Amino acid sequence: MAVKKIFAVLLALLTLVLSSFTAASAEEETYTIHVEDESYYQKFQGQNIEINVYNWGEYIANDALGFVDVNQEFEKLTGIKVNYTMFSSNEELYAKMCSGGTSYDVIIPSDYMIGRMIGEGMLQKLDFSNIPNYKYIDEEYKNKNYDPENEYSVPYFWGVVGIIYNKTMIDASEITGWDIFWDEKYADNMLMFANSRDAFAISLLDLGYSFNTTDEGELREAAAHLSEQKPLVQAYVMDEIYDKMEGGEAAFAPYYNGDAISMMSECDDLDFYIPENTSIFVDAFCIPEEAKNKEAAEMYINFMCEPEVGAANSIYVGYSTPMTAAWNLLDEDIHNNKAAYPDPELLEKLDSFATLPRETNGLVDQLWTEIIASDVGSGGWLLILLLGLLIGISIAVNRVHKSKKSKQ
Amino acid sequence: MKFLSKFYVGLIYFFLYIPIAVLIFFSFNQSKSRTLFTGFTMKWYEKLFTNDIIINSVINTLIVALIAGVIATVLGTMAAIGISAFNRKMKELVMNVSYLPIINPDIITGVSLMLLFLFLRVELGYTTLILAHIAFNVPIVIFNVLPKIGQMDKNVYNAALDLGCNRRQAFFKVMLPEIMPGVMAGFLLSVTYSFDDFVVSYFTSGPTSQVLSVVIYSMTRLKVSPEINALSTIMFAVVLIILLSVNVFEIRKEKRLMQRRRGGGSWL
Amino acid sequence: MLKSKYPAFPYLLFMVIFIVVPLGMVAYFAFTNLNGEFSTANIVEVADYASVIIRSLWMAFVATVISLLLGYPFAYFMARRTTHVRRTMLMLITLPMWMNFLLRTYAWMTILENNGLINRLLKLLGFGTLQLINTQGAVVLGMVYDYLPFMIIPLYTVLIKMDVSVIQAAQDLGGNPFHVFTRVILPLSVPGITTGVTMVFVPAVSTFIISRMLGGGSELMIGDLIEMQFLGNTYNPNLGGAIAFVLMVIILFCMSVMNQFDSDKEEAEEGGVVL
Repeated sequence: MAVKKIFAVLLALLTLVLSSFTAASAEEETYTIHVEDESYYQKFQGQNIEINVYNWGEYIANDALGFVDVNQEFEKLTGIKVNYTMFSSNEELYAKMCSGGTSYDVIIPSDYMIGRMIGEGMLQKLDFSNIPNYKYIDEEYKNKNYDPENEYSVPYFWGVVGIIYNKTMIDASEITGWDIFWDEKYADNMLMFANSRDAFAISLLDLGYSFNTTDEGELREAAAHLSEQKPLVQAYVMDEIYDKMEGGEAAFAPYYNGDAISMMSECDDLDFYIPENTSIFVDAFCIPEEAKNKEAAEMYINFMCEPEVGAANSIYVGYSTPMTAAWNLLDEDIHNNKAAYPDPELLEKLDSFATLPRETNGLVDQLWTEIIASDVGSGGWLLILLLGLLIGISIAVNRVHKSKKSKQ
Repeated sequence: MKFLSKFYVGLIYFFLYIPIAVLIFFSFNQSKSRTLFTGFTMKWYEKLFTNDIIINSVINTLIVALIAGVIATVLGTMAAIGISAFNRKMKELVMNVSYLPIINPDIITGVSLMLLFLFLRVELGYTTLILAHIAFNVPIVIFNVLPKIGQMDKNVYNAALDLGCNRRQAFFKVMLPEIMPGVMAGFLLSVTYSFDDFVVSYFTSGPTSQVLSVVIYSMTRLKVSPEINALSTIMFAVVLIILLSVNVFEIRKEKRLMQRRRGGGSWL
Repeated sequence: MLKSKYPAFPYLLFMVIFIVVPLGMVAYFAFTNLNGEFSTANIVEVADYASVIIRSLWMAFVATVISLLLGYPFAYFMARRTTHVRRTMLMLITLPMWMNFLLRTYAWMTILENNGLINRLLKLLGFGTLQLINTQGAVVLGMVYDYLPFMIIPLYTVLIKMDVSVIQAAQDLGGNPFHVFTRVILPLSVPGITTGVTMVFVPAVSTFIISRMLGGGSELMIGDLIEMQFLGNTYNPNLGGAIAFVLMVIILFCMSVMNQFDSDKEEAEEGGVVL
């Protein structure tokens, strides 16, 4: 019978799966993490503590087949369970934290968002006696403008925004700045940031304004500029960009240098360009006000500041580490990679996103929604027309039905 | 005409199964590419089995679906019994309100429940998730059990009471078996819906209670790995096996009924 | 026990807390502003996004019509086969429904992308490539694909229950096949059509996954807008509540239009819900 045949095939498939699985697990390489002071990490062993970590997507080493899974290593070492979830932009992180409902123990926002959260009382001060590895962070990344006394954050990675492009689809010489994003020749062949801050920054830079402006006129101009760009954009992406660029779906896109490095290692056709007026950013660990397990969270942060962990993360994720001890563990090629570690002269000139006031944030949010929703403004009366139509149809059908029934 | 109909039916099936076939095919791909097949390998299946997040989410989903299903079935069956005794107006009112979660787009159900939990300052986790699932499952149960109650012959219940059963016995021995098909259908539909639900879970779950759909969603937003394809293949195989078994079971049941009819016939 | 209303009370309580109150909360957020005061500003703001709402309604409408046109003949052909064949066919139709909805939508990305399967095939055959993904067409395709079984099953249910003798009588009275279809079969299948249309239109109009995966994030639909206001890039629960409220009203309107076609409310109580 056909049914029996199908069963037999499925059974064979299942055994095949299981057998290959057991065979290959023997040849796993392991990359082990050594920590300086193991005893510190034993504090919560056996207490069944869990922490909720909310991080960017693809922002931690986790390739279980052959590399190291940092979260698993942490769990093994400390006995603390990590509930790891991901977000794709600072605004998404902010929205999730505002809608209440979840208390995260560790979050990793970017500089300007940290400034905003400190201002709104959303973060707790850190107890640095629980984070001895803070000593590994280079001086130049401490006490930055978003956290002047450095009480709330510990840097994780830093980076710059640039343009990742496909050498086979566009000539490198054509890319000279952000204006390429308004070039009609590449309509439908470019991607764009799917978050308001980064997108507005590019638009403002192209218009010659500062990306930290609070001037309403300039922001509205930037919004109009982005609307002009919209027909040329193939898609608005964040983490979806990996697939698209590696698969050759688009010619170029703006993105962060760390991810660019990951993409370039997977696809030889890609290269990275850093415009002179771009932004530099720092992502850092913070502990929200409602965190339930502050000490366990601080232990997690301390673990992430172990040089070997920092190096492992940097290798996997591609981003640039703020710890010289970790940097020393990396390969020569990475040290010399201009995309990963640009020249200091270039870096000095770069500015970072400042925390914008509340009204500006509200305005930008509103403008961004309008841009994304496209062809806005005309529709008010159209909607009323539509509703009227619906009511009219409803009444008409009702009448027809009633007349039919009365005939019966 | 016959050929045309067969061709058309085949075309629709082709349309429905092509994406699934593509997913399955590329789960064996050597490289990470979703569109270029470079070689045969089972490594993505291995990786899947060692992926804690996915395995935990499957367990979570099963737990939530089963618990919510059971509670919803009990609550819904009791409700259906009570509702069948309401007067016309009450009945209509309750039915219309119960109809809301079914008819409402799931995003509204999800958002409304999230707002409720926000207002009550309840932390999103297992509890909120299960409550949310019960909320959209109970109406399903009610709408499956109520018709059965309507079709039931009320006199048999009364006869049982007359013959000396107390209410509880009458319920379990007479009423329940009659409405059991509806109850079972309601339960199975609830579990299916819960297992497949994405939107409501997305709005009402926390980091400790990630269900499979939510994990899949975050996977598709990241660097795509053929692990997703491997997961799809396994899910497809499981569903296929379940449906085939049900089918076989039904065929056997019908054969038995046919045989009885042909053979005996005296009990009709 | 049959006369007893008490078993329903736990559910009634549950129903109020978990169905009525949440919807009330949506209304609450819709009609207040950030400071908690009563304000209709949000509802007015929704009018700014009228184009999104209209686009969603239009695309859902197109998807529903296509599903109906594709699904009806299929259900019809299926209903005419023998029991054994029908059972297998039904199983094969429900199988995709049981696969996770996200995965099925995701699968289309592989097929439609610029370097996806279709374009690769076209390149191989010498034709140029087509822009398939990140278009409205791709989103409608995704909708039809995901919801077609939900259209077919109600239609099929109604068609097999149809009284064959009525059809035979129509044929005996001299009607040609076309007349028999339009005057007898089609009107009798209206309950199935309304169920099917409901089950496709409502999810189609409110989806946000299909438009995100296949639409490139630039063809926003109502669902995307709502999601953005709560968990997405712009946090504004009041606006989100307002949009959700407007969506609910629109759906209720459409349902009442549909109900005009459904003469027998008893229908809902009879065969259970074919969900």
